[in-house]
Amino acid sequence: MRLFRAMRRASRPTVIKRHSAFTRVWHWINAICLAILLMSGLQIFNAHPALYWGKDSTFDAPALSIGAERADDGSLRGITHIGVWRFDTTGVLGVSGPEADRERRAFPAWATLPGPRWLAMGRQWHFLAGWVFAPLLVAYLVYLVASGQLRRRLLPRRDEWPRLGHVVVDHLRLRFPRGEEARHYNLLQKLAYLVVLFVIAPLVVLTGLTMSPTMDAAWPWLLDVFGGRQSARTLHFLAAAALLAFFVVHLLLVLISGVGNNLRSMITGRYALPPDHAPSQEKEPHDDASH
Amino acid sequence: MTHPTDPGRRRFLTHGLLATGTLMLAGCDRLSRSDAMQHLFAASEGLTQRAHRLLASREALAREYAPEDIAPSFRANGTTMPRESDYLRLAANDFRDWRLEVDGLVERPGTFSLAELRGMPARTQITRHDCVEGWSCIGEWTGVVLGELLARVGVRDEARFVVFHCADRYWGGDRYYESLDLREAYHPQTLLAYGLNGDDLPIANGAPLRLRAERQLGYKMAKYVMRLELVASFAHLGRGRGGYWEDRGYRWWAGI
Repeated sequence: MRLFRAMRRASRPTVIKRHSAFTRVWHWINAICLAILLMSGLQIFNAHPALYWGKDSTFDAPALSIGAERADDGSLRGITHIGVWRFDTTGVLGVSGPEADRERRAFPAWATLPGPRWLAMGRQWHFLAGWVFAPLLVAYLVYLVASGQLRRRLLPRRDEWPRLGHVVVDHLRLRFPRGEEARHYNLLQKLAYLVVLFVIAPLVVLTGLTMSPTMDAAWPWLLDVFGGRQSARTLHFLAAAALLAFFVVHLLLVLISGVGNNLRSMITGRYALPPDHAPSQEKEPHDDASH
Repeated sequence: MTHPTDPGRRRFLTHGLLATGTLMLAGCDRLSRSDAMQHLFAASEGLTQRAHRLLASREALAREYAPEDIAPSFRANGTTMPRESDYLRLAANDFRDWRLEVDGLVERPGTFSLAELRGMPARTQITRHDCVEGWSCIGEWTGVVLGELLARVGVRDEARFVVFHCADRYWGGDRYYESLDLREAYHPQTLLAYGLNGDDLPIANGAPLRLRAERQLGYKMAKYVMRLELVASFAHLGRGRGGYWEDRGYRWWAGI
């Protein structure tokens, strides 16, 4: 009987504590904030759907613009310009909504907060969520550094770098670390989290502040760092797009690398190390005993 | 193994998704208007204003640019041609009969002609205009420093805001008006501008006189200014929120 229990324990996966309470709470509040920030940000963008590079808006030469044009057959087409390239984006960008009732708007109603065109309300959501997101980001970065988690869990060790190619190939083949190897973040995870936390998230906050005329008076260096208010606006948009891309990849990987286990680790903190070998390949211990 | 597509089921799913989306959107809009969210939005605005006041000193200047940064043509937004007959009469005579009224909580209410304003201490600055929509435009403004004018009429202790009453009705609605608190009104770059890029201020940009408050967004910078009123509160004006756009949901603090 004791032997049986011991064997059961051996076949049971090791459960580790993966995320601290602060990390878990921060993660979920952040998820809500980022959804609000992204969607209200698109609402704000829709008020002037063009991006520029420099100190002010070169209206006749935007870096990106989303607009609507009447086609020869009289239909309304959504046209997106990126630099010198021109794309017909009808249905999503420029012109969207039900076939019978097409609407001129850069980003479609399903992507903006609020849905209808309402700049004043989009701004209120954006700044409210920003007031939660930015201070929590600062607090979390300080926590990562002060608690030593940055050094212990996120900074790659010197001996990890030679395996970079290997890790990338494994990820592309959707093969994820198992057993003891899954106890720590792998190199790609570390790099992704480091870039998002310490580069893109601060970038999105600082470029957001640069768009504020009062902040530009308070901290004029913001304008110098980002090359002007309109450059900052463009960088803000790109950083938001990068965060969205991170979110999409993050969500896909969470889904395919053991969604239950991953979700539990971000709710209760407990993460079961995926067993080294798939159970079907394992020899049943009983067989040995019966022989 | 692949399943044959079932159009009925697919339609059901699509409609279901669309319906859920619509419900969520409707829910968001109801939430946006709810009292609870309005309180949170107001709190967030208060926080922004206090943070800005903490970080930007009274004197902190908006960036001033070089002549080569001036935009080839300064974008005009909002009203670009007032249709009010009293305004058009003044414009027809090159604003020679136009007078700026200054009243409310001041020691010496008075009126000022354009020539008198031009004779007062002036400032020329090349600054960036930031519209709430997101675009920016750089222009060179010349005007009387608002603080100098306020000193001339003598602001009474009870006064907290300067209200700018304008000639235009945007889209034929209410008359445009705006307000600044005294801290922003006394800022060295806050001007009543009568010149743009070395010329008289064009009508499209607010002739004969418009406000420049360089640490604020464009909607604060009232054009076609006819009267300044010093008040302790703006609750009795318009819908009580301190400005034309504020009455329509935009926040009074326009520092971001």
